[in-house]
This record gives sequence, C-alpha cells and structure tokens, in this order.
Amino acid sequence: MKVRVHVSLKPGVLDPQGRAIHHSLEGLGFTGVNDVRAGRLIELDVDDGVTDAMLDEMCRKLLANMVVENYRIEKVAVRQTQGEVAA
Amino acid sequence: MSGLRAAVITFPGSNCDRDMADALEKVSGTTPLRVWHGDADLPERLDFIALPGGFSYGDYLRCGAIASRSPVMQAVIEAADRGVPVLGVCNGFQVLTESGLLPGALLRNAGIRFVCRDVELTVENNQSLFTGGYDAGQTIRLPVAHHDGNFYADDETLDRLEGEGRVALRYAEAVNGSARAIAGVLNQAGNVLGMMPHPERAIEAAHGGSDGRAMFESAIKGLVGA
Repeated sequence: MKVRVHVSLKPGVLDPQGRAIHHSLEGLGFTGVNDVRAGRLIELDVDDGVTDAMLDEMCRKLLANMVVENYRIEKVAVRQTQGEVAA
Repeated sequence: MSGLRAAVITFPGSNCDRDMADALEKVSGTTPLRVWHGDADLPERLDFIALPGGFSYGDYLRCGAIASRSPVMQAVIEAADRGVPVLGVCNGFQVLTESGLLPGALLRNAGIRFVCRDVELTVENNQSLFTGGYDAGQTIRLPVAHHDGNFYADDETLDRLEGEGRVALRYAEAVNGSARAIAGVLNQAGNVLGMMPHPERAIEAAHGGSDGRAMFESAIKGLVGA
C-alpha cells in the first residue's frame, strides 16, 4: 500500500522558505499569488497490515513535529500510482 | 576542579564534538568520555552530558529529528529525568527540542540565511547551574553559526517559560527571528539547557573571546566543587 504523508507548518507559524518562494515567483513576473507555504511530502510503501493507528503514530512520533507542523495521511490506490508519474 | 565525569555525544554529522570535549577538558582538567550515538547505554555515574553542534544526519527530515530518536538519546532522556545536567548547543539544542526535553522548536532563520558571526546576548537567568558564573542582565558575546535557530513556541508556552525564569539567554540584537529573542532555554527542573550560541567556541583569548568559559566553570564548580 502506498501512503502519502503531507506535512505542513501550522497556520500562524512563520514560513521563511514559503516567503522566499513567494518573492521569487514575484521576481519572475507572476502576479496574483497571495501567499506561499512550503511543506514536505513523504511517500511510504507499507504492508497491508499497517493500520491507520500505526500510520498516525509514525506521523506523531517522527514524520511531523507536532509543535509546529500538521500532517495529513493520504492512501494512494495502486491503480492510481501507476499513472501518477505522468500526472 | 577535577574528577568531572562528562560525556560528549557524537552523532553522524556532529562537528563541534571535539570543540566541546576540548572546552570541557580545558576547564575541568579531565578528559570527557566520548559516546557514539548508536550506544544504547551511557557510561555510569555521569556528572554532565553535552550534545554538540553540527548537522546530525545531514539535517534530514528536520534538524535534530533523527538524532533525537537514536538509541543513545533514550538514555540521555532517562539521565536528564534523574537530574543529570545536559547542555545542548546549536544542533544539540535542536536535538533537545525534538526529543521533548525542552519545549518549542527551532525553525529556519527568519532571514533565510545561515548566520555565522559573534552576537551579543543578555544573561536573563543567572540562577541556573550553567549561568551562575554570570551577573543577571550581563551582556556577553558568543559566536553563532546556524541556519535553523529561530526559536518558536506558542504564546502560552513563551509566557510560561518567561514566568518560570526558564529563559536563560536572550539575543541583544536581531539574529534569527527567535520568539521574544530567546537564545537559550532551561527545562523545568533547571538541569537541561539548550542554546544556539556556542560557548565552547569562546573559551580562551585565542578564540577571539572567552565569555563562554564561565558557563563551563559554573557548571563544573556546581557539580564537582560542591
């Protein structure tokens, strides 16, 4: 089973990297971008026996720092993963 | 001042471990023990544990994240809970917040850039084991060298840290965007200090300053001299 863990900074936590990306986009002439927040995507390939509770624990114990980050777990169906390279 | 049983923990990517060991040896007269991150046990009867600066595990995932989950850190957490003094500098501070021994987190510097220079600090609390050699409100000068030293905690935590006298050091100038200019924090029991500036790089005149020396002297005096 493929699992994607999306880790993002909590709202209100300053994101200097997002700000730098924002400035760079503006420097390239893109207008209309109101805000940029940078996060992290972690892809896991896990056995089918890995439970939601275990995934949750992985996130809370290591993948995200719960002081400053939120996480979202997305399970990816195998059929979709084969086509996703081009997506 | 002798007989100090200190340990310096080395993680893959630590790069201030020798400086830390050298500082402890120069001030205490005793060579510290060197401990590798994969060791599940610490040497017995330790008086002092130092977590050095560097880029443990290449800063992968988050600074200090992987190191804080290494086998030796479980032993460090248990030692800290028993009251053994633990000093974490720079990456060592990041490891301490990631391990939960200290509150908050250290984020990317607000100005994005790596900051590498001497900075002025104010000693906020001189009642701790580590800061007893300074005067309250004293300005000291120590080097910083970090990319992720921007201390963050929610307002409630910051209020509590300030109210309990757990802010040991504050930046006296703009450095990295840290909340309330916090440069070093103590745990509730006062035996764990994490700080971004490097006291071990300011031990003798040849370093360009020796304001860090009093930190080791007061800690060692409190431990061995007592």
